[in-house]
Amino acid sequence: MKKMSKEKQKKGLVKDMLFLGITLAVAVVLLLMFPEKREPVISSSKGFLMEMILILPAVMILMGLFAVFVPNDVIVKYLGRSSGIKGIFLAIFMGAFPTGPLYVAFPIAAALLKKGARISNIIAFLSAWACIKIPQELVELQFLGLKFMITRLLLTVVFVIVMGTVIEQIVLWSGKTNGHEQTS
Amino acid sequence: MNMTAIFINALAVVCLFFALIKDRTKTKQALKMAVISFFRISPTVLAIILIIGLFSGFVPESQISKVVGENAGFRGVLTVAFLGAILHIPSLVSFPLAASLLEKGASITSIAVFITTLTMIGMVTLPLEIRILGKKLALLRNGLSFIIAIIIGLIMGAIL
Repeated sequence: MKKMSKEKQKKGLVKDMLFLGITLAVAVVLLLMFPEKREPVISSSKGFLMEMILILPAVMILMGLFAVFVPNDVIVKYLGRSSGIKGIFLAIFMGAFPTGPLYVAFPIAAALLKKGARISNIIAFLSAWACIKIPQELVELQFLGLKFMITRLLLTVVFVIVMGTVIEQIVLWSGKTNGHEQTS
Repeated sequence: MNMTAIFINALAVVCLFFALIKDRTKTKQALKMAVISFFRISPTVLAIILIIGLFSGFVPESQISKVVGENAGFRGVLTVAFLGAILHIPSLVSFPLAASLLEKGASITSIAVFITTLTMIGMVTLPLEIRILGKKLALLRNGLSFIIAIIIGLIMGAIL
């Protein structure tokens, strides 16, 4: 299992390197063809590169710490039995801490579903995992500013709660009309 | 070095400090993960930064604002929402891209919509999500996320 994911990672890295190589080749060709564009392209890239270098190592360290100190089974343990408003905020909070791509969260969500956690909480958890990551918010702060980041964060929390409740109602309602339907 | 960068680095140092006090081996493991993921994401970061540079050199601002600017209307918003849903770029990298588009005349609404659909919706991972969570939950989550992303974007455009 572990070996397989490692192999998959290697494949992904090759794909990313290929993507970088192609981009680099296109850039070189374009800049050779249009020498007058060299200055604006290079200075713009350089600016963003500097900003990235300043924060990326710190962001990666934070992500590594979260991943090691908040393991997945802790999340399942706490979220499986919480409910109400407290539950939904806990779900958002729990989703915002650990890191990794969204597909890592699917098995956790499935485990929660099996444990009988509320659907609204699971949706809130998944959405928080997808877009309220703390390291991610920090990068957003760096590039788009405090006002943008805070506004989007607050709106996202509000609408994620609304969405969780709506989906729960739809699932419960369709479960009633269609008889018993398993989502497995 | 701006304030935000200082804040982020300080936060990392503080967290690292407490982690070291709490558990040395776990912290070491975390640092190892950090190094690996740094090198793992570097090619994508470099590629996107190059693309941003090429974009700002070759695509005129009028073109960008025509597609995703204030006057692009609802069609522009829908376009970026779809782009965000389909594209599969790490969210960390999407922020510099969004910032450069904003600089070049994209509207706040379209930027917010783009980031939100990009992070919340995964067309590439949808089959996996359906297999693990069931068709109903997966489709409802992705579909409603699309709608709320547009609502969030419109509200942000109105108040910022």
